[in-house]
Amino acid sequence: MSTAPGVEICTLIIENRECGGRSDQTILDVAEEYGIFIPTLCRLPGLSSIGACRMCLVEVKGSNKLLPACVTKVQEGMEVTVNSERLEAYRRTTLELLFSERNHICSVCVTNGHCDLQSLAQKLGVNHITMPYLHPHVEVDASHPRFIADHNRCILCTRCIRVCAEIEGAHTWDLMGRGTKARVITDLNRPWGESESCTGCGKCVQVCPTGALSEKGQAAGEMMKRRQFLPYLSMMREVGK
Amino acid sequence: MTKAKTPKARVATVWLDGCSGCHMSLLDIDERLILLADKIDLVYSPLVDAKDFPENVDVAIVEGAVSNTEDLHKIKLIRKNSRVLVSLGDCAVTGNIPSMRTVFPLQSLLDRVYDENATINKKVPTKVVPKLLEQVHPLHEIVPVDVYVPGCPPSADTIFLAISELLEGRVPQLNEVTRFGA
Repeated sequence: MSTAPGVEICTLIIENRECGGRSDQTILDVAEEYGIFIPTLCRLPGLSSIGACRMCLVEVKGSNKLLPACVTKVQEGMEVTVNSERLEAYRRTTLELLFSERNHICSVCVTNGHCDLQSLAQKLGVNHITMPYLHPHVEVDASHPRFIADHNRCILCTRCIRVCAEIEGAHTWDLMGRGTKARVITDLNRPWGESESCTGCGKCVQVCPTGALSEKGQAAGEMMKRRQFLPYLSMMREVGK
Repeated sequence: MTKAKTPKARVATVWLDGCSGCHMSLLDIDERLILLADKIDLVYSPLVDAKDFPENVDVAIVEGAVSNTEDLHKIKLIRKNSRVLVSLGDCAVTGNIPSMRTVFPLQSLLDRVYDENATINKKVPTKVVPKLLEQVHPLHEIVPVDVYVPGCPPSADTIFLAISELLEGRVPQLNEVTRFGA
């Protein structure tokens, strides 16, 4: 294992297992190398991690705060708990809030069967939503000739914003507003079809975890996301630095 | 959850605000229906002639969301008279497609359908048909639910597994075989 200057090798305990990692790695990186599953939603390898969705929260001994594994660097002697009743309750609640906040009607969604939100709910045993649905009136932007932004399905993971800024270099997407009124927007909240910065590359569509961004002409369950380009482009970006 | 007290389990199936696709999927269990027929007494269903929901039901399997005053009355009666209540399909579990109208205020929806888009007899019906509720509810927002079977519709195998497990007195574990939108 070669290390950059200032990077040290750490030993830590994750889920009662002794693990080794570099001090520039996150808890999530190391856990995955050891085959320890930590649920994630906003994170996508090849993009920066921002800890937005809170699915990867873990307990670290000595801290009474829960820490997002995707952005927390490992340290020597850390003791990390991945599965506990408390963590499961938080993850479940977070997922349920995502479902209740907008209109996720899986049966008629273009990504039914290929959706990260839907499959994570199944994996974590979320088979009904205990809090009331908000049923907000949410807009659909079909102004782009090839793509659709259906904000009913958006979970504000910001993968679209990150891929557009970090990989495509256009930074067409951004975030506007707060709380339930927050929206991902194109340019300065102009219709996507009128965006001057959008190159029409479609990377945002492919990295979107749900049916929020899709290609036009897809019926329910037809929109498959193709993300093969991401590891390659991400690697080329690192090489070019 | 206790085992059925009568030799044959008294089972009811109900169709609230849904498309009947879940009942189609139930029928899709094909020849296994004969196996079930030996073990259950179908006391109420869109498939049989009983008009009123009976008392002393072991398992009530309910398809569809709660959308109008009749659904509301029915689901409360079903809960009162049933030992185990199964929420069958996405409409019952999440509100699904019927719930998409909740985005619009009820009056504007009625105006749209019975006035703006009507060519003759422009009038919101007030007789015979039950009144729509302000919003559409999944079953568990109204009454406690014991078993959730998401899916649109849940597959025949999922439904057969759920019923078989219940008849054995077990709580069906369905997360591996079904999900929202399945």
